[in-house]
Amino acid sequence: MGAGHGHRLFFHGHSAVHRAPAHLKLLALVGFMLVVVATPRDWYAAYAVEAIVLLAVIALSGVPVGYLAPRMVIELPFALFAVLVPFISHGPRIEVLGVTVSEPGLYAAIALLIKGTIGVLASLTLAATTEPQDLLRGLQRLRMPDLIVQIMGFMIRYLDVVTAELTRMMTALKSRGCDPRSPRHWPVLARSLGALFIRSYERGERVHLAMLSRGYDGRLPSVENA
Amino acid sequence: MHVPDGFLDAPTSLATGVVAVGGVALALRGARRELDDRTAPMAGLVATFVFAAQMINFPVGAGTSGHLMGGALAAVLVGPWTAILCMAVVLLVQGLLMADGGITALGTNITLMGLITVGVGWGVFVVLRRVLPSRISMVAPSAAFAAFVSVPIAALVFTGLFAVGGTAPVDLQAVLIAMLGWHTLIGLGEAAVTGLVVGSVVATRPDLVHGARPFVAARDLEIRVPQVVAP
Repeated sequence: MGAGHGHRLFFHGHSAVHRAPAHLKLLALVGFMLVVVATPRDWYAAYAVEAIVLLAVIALSGVPVGYLAPRMVIELPFALFAVLVPFISHGPRIEVLGVTVSEPGLYAAIALLIKGTIGVLASLTLAATTEPQDLLRGLQRLRMPDLIVQIMGFMIRYLDVVTAELTRMMTALKSRGCDPRSPRHWPVLARSLGALFIRSYERGERVHLAMLSRGYDGRLPSVENA
Repeated sequence: MHVPDGFLDAPTSLATGVVAVGGVALALRGARRELDDRTAPMAGLVATFVFAAQMINFPVGAGTSGHLMGGALAAVLVGPWTAILCMAVVLLVQGLLMADGGITALGTNITLMGLITVGVGWGVFVVLRRVLPSRISMVAPSAAFAAFVSVPIAALVFTGLFAVGGTAPVDLQAVLIAMLGWHTLIGLGEAAVTGLVVGSVVATRPDLVHGARPFVAARDLEIRVPQVVAP
């Protein structure tokens, strides 16, 4: 596992969106989403313009829609809530498809779904077109405190190491008859989480010592100069 | 669990963003006292651990499952300031690289799952540590109770934010009851996992548990010399 490997959402490409500086992409994403969130509930024309802008950026990036679409399931729990809103809202009732629902609730739910979907798709686009290292450099240029950037760097670097360790532990547990979903096996599960914490903490100590022996003085040279 | 974009209106999102930035700035100062120059690698690895622990789901009922938030767990294991940094970084990475939680809701998410769960969890834990008999066996139950309290409080604060800047005309009382009921259940799961994890770390490496330090330091080294009986 080299340091430069892409993360799970990254889609390799050389488009203008991929090459754009990460700090500009971050600013654009935050600005765009603030506009979307601030759009009044029933300005459907504005939503259409925002969606077209986003789709144009996606088209420019060359990331296939078939790559992004399955990854939008992360929105699902929230979509379920949005579907419930018309039923639990107050206000005058109207009938849609034979079901009586609250009228303001229905419009609120539609706006929620549109805004949420645009948000997830825009975030996915950033994640699919930006390498984690570029993102860190972008955050650094945006004056994110150095310590936060470093912690993020370590988290991104060791994410796959620690989750792979957890996966190996779970495989070992399951092959010995443990069912992680059953509360009866929670004590076993928790002990392995405890072991994972100790291993992560000790790995952190080893990494720190290794860094000290290479002249670490509280700043990371690689993120800075590269 | 993560608040998405568009759930709260723009002014509320910005306000929680300011709160989150202030909280994280305080934590940056505090964490240096807890970990000194080891902060970056240690907090990075602990953040990775919190992320991994969040991947384990436990059933809540009605076919749905909740997952660990880990605020109280991290606070007891590594101390409140480092825990806030860890939670903030986890949420930042989830928001920016995994599209989990809205980018404009990042401040809300950090406030709720970083500041509130860690703050309440650590506060309850410290109070319990004072009140209960000062024995190391009390650390795990106190951590469990602190985790249990922290989750519904976070839900309560979310309902408050929703009352101020919610975008759906939902009956607030219904939201409050639903959120509290649901998160009490999630809190039970959170408490069980937190208590068991802290218990297992206390059993094997009590020196690593920040919340158990007063008890570990109080232990005296006892050197037992074999009694030599004169022949």
